[in-house]
Amino acid sequence: MKTHIIFGLSVVVLILAFMFGSLYYKGKQAEKIGFLAQENAELFVRDHSQTMGSEDAKVYLIEFMDPACETCAAFSPFVKQMIVNNPGKIKLVLRYAPFHDGADYFVKILEAAKKQGKYWETLDVMYKSQPHWASHHNPQPQIIWQFLPQAGLDIERIKEDMNDTAIAKIIDQDLADAKVLNVRKTPGFFVNGKPLQTFGSKQLLQLVQSEINANYPN
Amino acid sequence: MTRVYQNNTNWNILFLCWLVAGVSTAGSLFFSYVMEFAPCVLCWYQRIFLFPLVLILAVGLFPLDKKAAKYAFPLAVAGWLTAAYHYLLYTGIIPTNLQPCSQGVSCTEEYISLFDFLSIPLLSLLSFTIIITLLIIFYRRTP
Repeated sequence: MKTHIIFGLSVVVLILAFMFGSLYYKGKQAEKIGFLAQENAELFVRDHSQTMGSEDAKVYLIEFMDPACETCAAFSPFVKQMIVNNPGKIKLVLRYAPFHDGADYFVKILEAAKKQGKYWETLDVMYKSQPHWASHHNPQPQIIWQFLPQAGLDIERIKEDMNDTAIAKIIDQDLADAKVLNVRKTPGFFVNGKPLQTFGSKQLLQLVQSEINANYPN
Repeated sequence: MTRVYQNNTNWNILFLCWLVAGVSTAGSLFFSYVMEFAPCVLCWYQRIFLFPLVLILAVGLFPLDKKAAKYAFPLAVAGWLTAAYHYLLYTGIIPTNLQPCSQGVSCTEEYISLFDFLSIPLLSLLSFTIIITLLIIFYRRTP
């Protein structure tokens, strides 16, 4: 019987060590990133970053996204709903982490659309048409051009503007920040510099709510 | 039951072997799920050979079964070979342009290095080496 006990205890100790290790590591990471946030807030929000919501909002929701990422598309309505539900309190900051092959093509189109003041309309069209052009086995980026007129864009100007080297620099900067902040998957969320520890809409809502409560007491 | 007590040392050796496999499995899961390091192709092959060891060796412990070592041995050797190849790539002894994983995560990307030399491929190589050594000792000792 002794051997069964030794074995059983070892299994329990291994699992516990794994769980406590995870908690400890995540806590350390959160501390480190919180510290980084005070030191250089620009890691999270660059001057070029596209934002949505009130300028005076005290809760910054930073999203590292990829236009070709299915989960980013699925999360988009949820994120917008959170901003609508908390008027003036949340500011969404979009950062690029185009991890999918060829995804920077779509970031370039987005940034070119920004010059025409149609950023969010274009992003909506991209997310909605994503199943047509972003198949993992057979990505067909050209198909996006059939959908872009829906955003009311001047297509010829987009084709010209998207090759601007300034856009490539923006992508490089965002990817560099993503690396520092340990974003390896999209969407990667931070709320006032605090990373979303476990991924999920419920967890994101909780994190946002706790920051709203902390910054808008009453 | 009495037989198990007589073979106490042998049981301990196989148990230790299981423990090494278990700790390595937990460690590799920790790297990918908690620290969020993306595993490269070679790491996946090593995992394929490592994870079943935990189950096979656990079955061999109750009751103590000499054949468990026989079944675990090919897995451990295959894992060791993959780990050795990975380690040679990682340290640059085999040139990187021969590596099979040019897309996705590079097999030579450095994630951690404890005490300046203990990288993930080396950890894997050490685990498989200990497992193989213990398996051989166990197999030879067990009547």
